[in-house]
Amino acid sequence: MDGGDREIPNVPARPDEAQVPKVGVDSWVATHEGRVHRNRLVAELERVPRPAFYLAFGVAAALLPALTSNDYIIRVGFDTLLYMLLALGLNIVVGYAGLLDLGYVAFYGFGAYGYAMLASPKFGIHWDTLAIIPVVVVATALLGFIVALPSRRLVGDYLAIITLFFGQLFVTVYQNGNRISILGQTRGYDMTGGPNGIPGVDNWNLGGLKIASLQGYFYAALIVFLLCLGVVYLVDQSRTGRAWKSLREDPLAAELMGMPVNRLKLVAFAFGAAIAGLTGTLFAALNTAVFSADFDVPTLIIVYAMLILGGAGSLGGVILGAIVVNVSLEVLRTPGHATWIFYVVVLGTLIARLRPWRWLAIVLGGTIGLGFVAHAIAAAAWPRGTHGSASIGGWAGSFLDHWQLHPANPNFIGNIAFVILVFVILGVTLLRGWVRHLALIPTLYLASFAWENRLVIEPSVTRLILIGVILIVLMNARPQGLLGTSRVEIV
Amino acid sequence: MNWNLFVTELVSGITHGSVYSLIALGYSMVYGILKLLNFAHGDIYMVGAYIGLGIVTVLGGPFALTVNVALLLFLMFLCSMLGGGLLGVMIERFAYRRLRNAPRIAPLITALGVSFFLENAAQLVLGAQQQSYNSFSWTNTPIALSHFTLPSGAVVSYASVIVVVGAVVLMVALTLFVQRTQTGKAMRATSFDREAAAMMGIDVDRVIVVTFFIGSALAGAAGVFNCISYQQVFPTMGFQAGLFAFTAAVVGGIGNLPGSVLGGLLIGLAEAFSIGYISSTFEQAIVFAILIAVMLVRPSGILGRAAVQKV
Repeated sequence: MDGGDREIPNVPARPDEAQVPKVGVDSWVATHEGRVHRNRLVAELERVPRPAFYLAFGVAAALLPALTSNDYIIRVGFDTLLYMLLALGLNIVVGYAGLLDLGYVAFYGFGAYGYAMLASPKFGIHWDTLAIIPVVVVATALLGFIVALPSRRLVGDYLAIITLFFGQLFVTVYQNGNRISILGQTRGYDMTGGPNGIPGVDNWNLGGLKIASLQGYFYAALIVFLLCLGVVYLVDQSRTGRAWKSLREDPLAAELMGMPVNRLKLVAFAFGAAIAGLTGTLFAALNTAVFSADFDVPTLIIVYAMLILGGAGSLGGVILGAIVVNVSLEVLRTPGHATWIFYVVVLGTLIARLRPWRWLAIVLGGTIGLGFVAHAIAAAAWPRGTHGSASIGGWAGSFLDHWQLHPANPNFIGNIAFVILVFVILGVTLLRGWVRHLALIPTLYLASFAWENRLVIEPSVTRLILIGVILIVLMNARPQGLLGTSRVEIV
Repeated sequence: MNWNLFVTELVSGITHGSVYSLIALGYSMVYGILKLLNFAHGDIYMVGAYIGLGIVTVLGGPFALTVNVALLLFLMFLCSMLGGGLLGVMIERFAYRRLRNAPRIAPLITALGVSFFLENAAQLVLGAQQQSYNSFSWTNTPIALSHFTLPSGAVVSYASVIVVVGAVVLMVALTLFVQRTQTGKAMRATSFDREAAAMMGIDVDRVIVVTFFIGSALAGAAGVFNCISYQQVFPTMGFQAGLFAFTAAVVGGIGNLPGSVLGGLLIGLAEAFSIGYISSTFEQAIVFAILIAVMLVRPSGILGRAAVQKV
């Protein structure tokens, strides 16, 4: 490499870039791109400019209300767009600037409450939405600025704890904001409606143009999202965007290069908060009510899961992550659908990851065989173990009925199976080679047992458990997410 | 001045503060060695509390205990400390170990995921509702109900005494361990400089496992302490306790063990007095204000030394 005139075999498509290392870049790192094995389709796709993808997404999303008149589907689409907006804002703070903001949903809630206070019978104020949005966005950005202020001198972890605390405080204050009691004096000022929230929030009213239908809100959210996406894309390409990324990669080096590190952190924080505040106004308007419980930790973790799954720092990842996570969460609400998803995902993962093929056949065949044997033994020795029925109907359901055990009263044994399953999965990750493949057989059967008898019965908790698992597994296995670029570590 | 209220809040603050101190010690130890904010620490405390409840239930339930109360307490602490410690070691082994050299944000998000997983798994397996420890009606010697009266007229329950004495015993044991044993020495060395410690022949992996075990065992014990005096367990109890305990660790100077104890007592007292004198709904705001104030005035904590960043 350092020979200069030496011919390099298999030079990548862009020879000048591969051969002349950028200033300040190690030559090994500079040629990293060229060594990465890519298939041709991916390489072609990478040459299409990014905005074309975003535009294509916008067109495809705009067709959704035309394709279906099912309000539920459009509602899920609207929620997904809101999550995309949230993940977009979080992407600035976490993905670009590398700051862990754990109070992010508080800004979302602040925006929603801000809209609700300025456009509802609560205080008898009914402002025009065109007036509310600037006020709410600026106020949220200022709030973000103030929250980040005390931690500007400190390492990232302190920022995480301050923002987490701030998020908790937000929920507490808004939940108790209807009866502020200080120094033993209880005053009747009702600012936030307390646990009852603020009901009767107005629709969006853009200078006389009222948005009242679900379709209208869907398009409003889509337009807001595309606008924000455009702005974030441009900022990402700008000097500020590059500065944020250098801050993320190495704060110390960034500071030594003369970047205003503190100002960059605060701006990133305020920018992310502003987008969350804007999203809040849409949320409050469509739901016509706001409750502080909507802005608690579970929402935060869901937005994080979207960002991490898609790939922090990638705008396409924001879109993909929000769609995958929100649609899966919606599908998991219905036990029948959830069961299908569960088996398809498990099967898909096995087919994609398990090599060579004969082991795939052995594991699948072994699991199916084990099931029928276990079922036959149970039917003879423990008849109560087969009394229940599968969570889905049809041929697949009747297959499950004959393959998996369904005890008549599954709660207790299901709980035990779930706990054992967690330990067994952890144990399997320690094994290597053929032992691991063999161990997969009982693990899969146990997983199916725990799923059928416990997890699918309480989908609302199972969804959140899965979100936690996604965060842990992704961070350990593929920290860059689906669409993120992996980082080259220089040691 | 109403001395009765003052003393009552003082006792409540010290009791609460001892629990926070125990949790903060674990936070601080792990942070000192790995520079990792272990968000799952509060949930280990929750699991410890449930293990204690499980022991009470197995031994006949609160209304018909089959063993002596002293033996019961011993078993509760033994099992919850062991269980908490093993859980901590497992979390370290399976969630954090591979991320030891990853960018800072990766283990933090993993910790968040572990915490969320534990909370929701507990909700699935154990139910979301609050469960009562009900130490009021323990036979032989009812613990929480028995109390003595101070000269000022304030009532102090034996539960508070057990909590404070137990916490002090554990803290003394920890200090002796860290200061006097070979492993404690290795822990201090690793916390000072992990790479240099590894070069000196210290098995860093082993030290980290021991640290997680001890820190999590303290959290498990704190779970039982809390339940003896406050009677309630629920899956999300670890979140706020973890937050306050972490604040305590930061206020005292993170990585500094006496600092964590001091910070825990400070936070406990601040919480109790703000509930007693200022407002019963906004004690979180008071604790938050303390955190912000300490960060602005003394970012390295009350007893912490200012960190010199190495380049």
